[in-house]
Amino acid sequence: MSIYSDKVMDHFMHPRNVGEIDNPDGVGEIGNPVCGDMMTFYIKVKDDKLEDVKFKTFGCGAAIAVSSMVSEMAKGKTIEEARKITPELVAQELEGLPKQKFHCSNLGAQALNKAIDDYEARKISKATSIEVKGGERCCPFCDEEEKQPFCQPCQINVQEKEK
Amino acid sequence: MRRVYLDHSATSPVLPEVREAMLPYLEDIFGNPSSLHDWGDPPREAMDKAREQVAGLIGASKPDEVIFTSSGTESNNLAIKGVATAQQTKGKHIIISAIEHFSVMNSVRTLEKSGFQATMIPVDKSGLVDPEDVRNSIRPDTVLVSVMHANGEVGTIEPIQEISKITREKKIIFHTDAVATCGTIPINVKELGVDALSLAGNQFYGPKGSGALWVRRGVRIIPLMDGGIQEGGRRAGTENVPAIVGMGKAAELAAGSIADRLGKITPMRDKLLQELPRKVSHLILTGHPEKRLPGLASFCVEFIEGESMLMLLNSQGIAVSSGSSCTSRALKASHVLIAMGFSHEIAQGSILFTIGIENSSEDMDYVLEVMPPIVQRLREMSPLYSKYIKANKGGQ
Repeated sequence: MSIYSDKVMDHFMHPRNVGEIDNPDGVGEIGNPVCGDMMTFYIKVKDDKLEDVKFKTFGCGAAIAVSSMVSEMAKGKTIEEARKITPELVAQELEGLPKQKFHCSNLGAQALNKAIDDYEARKISKATSIEVKGGERCCPFCDEEEKQPFCQPCQINVQEKEK
Repeated sequence: MRRVYLDHSATSPVLPEVREAMLPYLEDIFGNPSSLHDWGDPPREAMDKAREQVAGLIGASKPDEVIFTSSGTESNNLAIKGVATAQQTKGKHIIISAIEHFSVMNSVRTLEKSGFQATMIPVDKSGLVDPEDVRNSIRPDTVLVSVMHANGEVGTIEPIQEISKITREKKIIFHTDAVATCGTIPINVKELGVDALSLAGNQFYGPKGSGALWVRRGVRIIPLMDGGIQEGGRRAGTENVPAIVGMGKAAELAAGSIADRLGKITPMRDKLLQELPRKVSHLILTGHPEKRLPGLASFCVEFIEGESMLMLLNSQGIAVSSGSSCTSRALKASHVLIAMGFSHEIAQGSILFTIGIENSSEDMDYVLEVMPPIVQRLREMSPLYSKYIKANKGGQ
């Protein structure tokens, strides 16, 4: 199987972080079985860091190796750092991917980004559901009282909910 | 580690007798068969012999009806383009099946660019062509019908004799791609009733780079290659004598042992067909359950993808093929499985074992031992499988 680098083969034969997370903070799914590759990423976030990253992948050897590599690259990183993982970086870390695999199978970074999007969307929807007690807005994550409808430390909208 | 080659539809190993027959033509007997001097005689005689051997394998009584080519692909190109262009004053309509090899399919596409029209006959879920569909597709300007003898991906053997009754009645030239069947099951061009037939030496333990097109005398054909008058003016270029001699020897060996080979290969195939579905759940047989090639076991494994299966089997020493889009350079799922009505999702899980005479029953046992944990491992990784399990909780 010399079409793949040793690094790809290693991640394919021994994929890291396979599985699902119970009660994840974010889930991102990308691809579809029609084109041959489908990836689901699960993330657990603590203190703005990706405390845990897991994935499930349907696809070729490259798709599985890419998912494994992305999970390894993302784990322990801050949200901001994890957002900077690109398909090019993933391919580089894997010591290259065959040309025809680059576009179809290199979806891991996008799936991770989608999981982060989901995490952030959940934060906002959680925030909007907080009732304002006594006319005061509270950020549900840091309990800071906010004068603005935006929590600076958490970088999220804290919207007032009408009683 | 045990090494088990189960990809004979890609190519077969070269038999020692074949190699031995070829060697002199890579050593002392190097002459050009077209040369008039003494050096040209032995290679020319060797080619004549090979032509008789190949004609013998397919029951052709006139060896000069055999044109040597470089491959099954070239034979198919020559048959489709050569016959169609020779007939174009009569008409420009061609009929082929939807599961033809790319060398037939793309030859027809090329002809379409120069004004030919094509009808693609559908197949049923088992990959069979309905001869009545061929009859109903025939137009006054139809000049060529091409339906493969058997499909090399799902193994279904097509009703060639029934189709040839129709094409004879309508006086239309009928070509069949017999690359998957030649040397594997008995073939007789007279019984099949075809006008042209393609074969490839590397499918029956001959060398790569050897192929032939048999064309019934009287069927006109325009050569693809312009040049000298080799092969009766139908295929120019100095002949690949060692490969031709090798294919001839392989044809002779196949003709003499076809019953033995069937008796050896068929039980191995049946072992996989019967026992693999018992060991792996959600395994779908592809191709016709009975009308199929003796050495071909093909499946779609649900929830997982073919290339990753192929890679894990390879890591255990087993060579197989898949029709998933990831394994094709074109990144498209097998047109054969799609034409048979399988969804893209199912087609991605395609896996193909093609058995040869050097395999053993123990090889099949090894596959049956190695395959289930590989499927399980990939399913545990598959989001499709976890979705299925969640949707059917308590069910299974």
